[in-house]
Amino acid sequence: MPSLGADMEVGTILQWLVKPGDAVKRGDIVAVVDTEKATIEIEVFQSGVIDRIVVPEGEQVPVGTLIAVIRTDGEVAAPPAPVAVPTPPAPAAPPVAAPKPMEKPTVPAVSAAPPHRLRISPLAMRVAVDLKVDLSKVKGTGPDGAITKADVERAAKAAKEAPAVEALAAIAPAVAKAPPARPAAAIDHHVAMRRVIAASMARSKREIPHYYLATHVDMSRAMAWLQSENLKLPIANRALYSVLLLKSVALAVRDFPEMNGYWIDNSFRHSDAVHVGVAISLRKGGLIAPAIHDVDKKPLGEIMANLRDLVKRVRAETLRSSEIADATITVTSLGEQGVETVFGIIYPPQVALVGFGKIVERPWASNGMIGARPVMMATLAADHRASDGHRGGLFLAAIDRFLQEPEKL
Amino acid sequence: MVHQPQPDLHPAGGEHALKVLRQMIRIRRFEEKCAELYSASKIRGFLHLYIGEEAVAVGAMQALGPDDAVVATYREHGHALARGVSANSIMAEMYGKQEGCSRGRGGSMHLFDAAHRFYGGNAIVGGGLPIAVGLALADKLSGRARVTACFFGEGAIAEGEFHECMNLSALWKLPLLFCCENNLYAMGTALKRSESEPDLCLKATSYEVPAWPVDGMDVVACEDAARRAALAVRGGEGPCFLEFRTYRFRAHSMFDPQLYRDKQEVEEWKRRDPIDLFCQRLKTQGVIGDADLKAIEDDTAAEVAKAIEFSEGGTWEPAQELTRFVYSERARS
Amino acid sequence: MGAGAGADKVRVLGKGALVNTAARAARITYREAMRQAIREALQRDPRVFLMGEDVGKYGGCFAVSKGLLDEFGPERIRDTPLSESAFVGAGIGAAMGGMRPIVEIMTVNFSLLALDQILNNAATILHMSGGQFNIPLVIRMTTGAGRQLAAQHSHSLEGWYAHIPGIKVLTPATIEDARGMLWTALEDPDPVLIFEHQTLYNMEGELPADAGPVDIERARVRRPGTDISLISYGGSLHKVMEAATQLAAAGINAEVIDLRVLRPLDTATIIDSVTRTHRAIIIDEGWRSGSISAEVSARIMEGAFYELDVPVARICSAEVPMPYAKHLEDAALPQVSAIVEAARSLTGSNG
Repeated sequence: MPSLGADMEVGTILQWLVKPGDAVKRGDIVAVVDTEKATIEIEVFQSGVIDRIVVPEGEQVPVGTLIAVIRTDGEVAAPPAPVAVPTPPAPAAPPVAAPKPMEKPTVPAVSAAPPHRLRISPLAMRVAVDLKVDLSKVKGTGPDGAITKADVERAAKAAKEAPAVEALAAIAPAVAKAPPARPAAAIDHHVAMRRVIAASMARSKREIPHYYLATHVDMSRAMAWLQSENLKLPIANRALYSVLLLKSVALAVRDFPEMNGYWIDNSFRHSDAVHVGVAISLRKGGLIAPAIHDVDKKPLGEIMANLRDLVKRVRAETLRSSEIADATITVTSLGEQGVETVFGIIYPPQVALVGFGKIVERPWASNGMIGARPVMMATLAADHRASDGHRGGLFLAAIDRFLQEPEKL
Repeated sequence: MVHQPQPDLHPAGGEHALKVLRQMIRIRRFEEKCAELYSASKIRGFLHLYIGEEAVAVGAMQALGPDDAVVATYREHGHALARGVSANSIMAEMYGKQEGCSRGRGGSMHLFDAAHRFYGGNAIVGGGLPIAVGLALADKLSGRARVTACFFGEGAIAEGEFHECMNLSALWKLPLLFCCENNLYAMGTALKRSESEPDLCLKATSYEVPAWPVDGMDVVACEDAARRAALAVRGGEGPCFLEFRTYRFRAHSMFDPQLYRDKQEVEEWKRRDPIDLFCQRLKTQGVIGDADLKAIEDDTAAEVAKAIEFSEGGTWEPAQELTRFVYSERARS
Repeated sequence: MGAGAGADKVRVLGKGALVNTAARAARITYREAMRQAIREALQRDPRVFLMGEDVGKYGGCFAVSKGLLDEFGPERIRDTPLSESAFVGAGIGAAMGGMRPIVEIMTVNFSLLALDQILNNAATILHMSGGQFNIPLVIRMTTGAGRQLAAQHSHSLEGWYAHIPGIKVLTPATIEDARGMLWTALEDPDPVLIFEHQTLYNMEGELPADAGPVDIERARVRRPGTDISLISYGGSLHKVMEAATQLAAAGINAEVIDLRVLRPLDTATIIDSVTRTHRAIIIDEGWRSGSISAEVSARIMEGAFYELDVPVARICSAEVPMPYAKHLEDAALPQVSAIVEAARSLTGSNG
């Protein structure tokens, strides 16, 4: 059962879209899973043939449970060999490849090794068994990304010092402590989601030493430019100013790597890819923040299309697992709700959340002249373990700077 | 000029003659049994029989004392027997038994016996010659008046080691007796097909090594030549080279259709069978009678039978001891 | 075990120099140390003699035996014709005849002319004779490249010889070993081959006045370290020591193992080191394929697989006959920079 978010603890297989013997390739949707937040399609990250289905439809299992086995080329159909990972609750040779939110999903996991083999030194393996470290959470720093003894020891130390952080990790054996699985497939989403949000946000507030910064941004250039651009487009393709905000954040974060990534195992892990989580409120209440991938590399039109698609699918409850799982920074905009300032709570294990308020006309002094300008409050909630206020301030200023040159976005 | 025996060096009397005859017959009967045992799969590996050449080893060995050394080839059963290595331990070796003279680790081609200074049993053609040079060098450096007799076939003369060793031993005047057993064929290659100069003695003399040919089918000639040569060698005059002209009556080894020589040629040589020749001479001279011959044959048959019995009853060295004798076993301080 | 004992004796001074620091030490070259060892053996045991091409009048191709002819005479400092097979075989025979010969072969490439004697006789006769005839013979020869002697005088075939059971293979890399290994080898009842790297003869170092025989069974830790094991021998050892010094400056604490003896290989010291450092590079001037470095690597897999934190690496000579031109010869040989680079890579210190 893949983790589809840091706060997901159990999942229910609603439907299998494949059967044993089917060939699957990386990116295929193989199952639909009901989580406490949404119904999510499970995609696979390795190609091969479905060897067997382990968890039947209707059954709820903790994250990390083997739900199916994919046989890769050359492998003989056989039961999965859980020898690769010593701790029993952890997924062995990963089943329907569990996405690991801690790793950059755009990078092929470990290219050289067969996908089901953990790339780990013999010594690290032995130490992991001794220290009972869940290897699926350990990021390798050895040759070709192999897990070394130091990696395992680091993970073990982190797990000891901050068990809660471990619990936040994706495929967590700690899930065993999750609420007992309920037999019924049906879930009261509203109640469940509130519970998940409660757990996640409480954890965030409890563990993340937030600091908050705010700055006013003159939005006149951005709005004027957007207006003129939109005039050239059919109505269906016109962009919302939110897209400018997302792109500005994504570009600014390139120069502030400490804002983009995860705090895990007591250390910060930077992500090269910029996947911006977009907080989207649900009609029935509740909130979800799926990611738009590689925002820093996409033109505005594509980001807009992504955003539109995302909102639609959030409301239709057909999100993909990777979209749920791998935001590296989150943007929340409550401007539409008339709010001027947002001080957000970081979505763990991310380390920063950028908030945007309503654009309002304000008197604005510039070059000794006072005029009326559209002004927006940009805020930053950041994890003080990963960054400091000085850098946070520069980060906000960078976002401002990008918004002053919208044509370059 | 083939060497002719001169009676002055010979031990007098029929006793010695009987001993020589007995040794040749022992070798002949022992090896005939070996061929039979090979067919019966009791003996494996390569088996090279000396039958027809017995006069050379037996004659030459008469010139050696117990302190002298012998280096032989892979066709060495006759040399080992003539040197005094027991038939039991040779047969047991061929059986691969622990009681063999090399504990079953050598087989037919690698008979060794320290007690008789018998240094193999060397199965690389020419490879034994440098060892003989070294043994002789050790004697010379130690001031010991000993002789090292080195047997090799005429095939070895084509090897570089032969020439290196002739030169070295002559240069250093080593007490070395080179005994070349020229049976005309290096396996299947006739001498005239492998040597531009088939006169082997000429090769030795070119290194300033005294050399002369010997009728290898006449044991008296063989013994006499060896005695003379050994006397010179022991006297510090440097090495000698004897070319024993002989012939093997049987195949090179057990798997040999003998396409390289005529049956007629073999038959002609068999008419000069060294045992028959010597028997005839002794009978003519009245040294032995039929009874003596029968006694020798009976004793020999009994000895061979006993050797087989000994070998059959021998032990297989435990495989756990496989890695012994790779390095010397010595008490570590 | 052996590793600890060795580490006690040797300290590293300056740029990778290996010197013994006992009192009253004299400065001496590797060549002189070897000559002293031969002289001492000749003095101590009348059975000992030296034999080989140009060991007498010429004074030795590498001047190791210079002066010995005058001191010991032509019987014991014995010039031979260019007959490698005959005089190596004569060494075998003389050893069986009760002597303690030291046979010198000019270079390892020439030893191939005597390979029949070394492999078919020296290494086998004890076994073939069921333990009756041991061969207390010492064969010395130069090995290795570095002096632009091209493809018939520069190869490192000691690893080949280490393949052969029945002989022992020594590679003295230090003054102390050059001085001390010979006597121990002469006392050994079985054939011992000593490979002297040709670039070492002029190497200078301190030798204590009371330096004596050393063991020929153990590898030595030449430089204790914690982060990676650099395993080498012979001429390459000094490149490895230099690399270790550079690595130390970069914060990597490398342990340097001098194998000293290629057969029998001191597996215990190797495994002990790798068990502590969890990383290993083998530096071997021989060719990589089927080499002693491959053997060491295999032993590590067999004995310390679960101690390895990164794959075992090897730095060997390029698989070409040794070229003449200096820049090409340099390119073919293991060099300090390559060792440093590999060590940094394996310790994850490449930035």
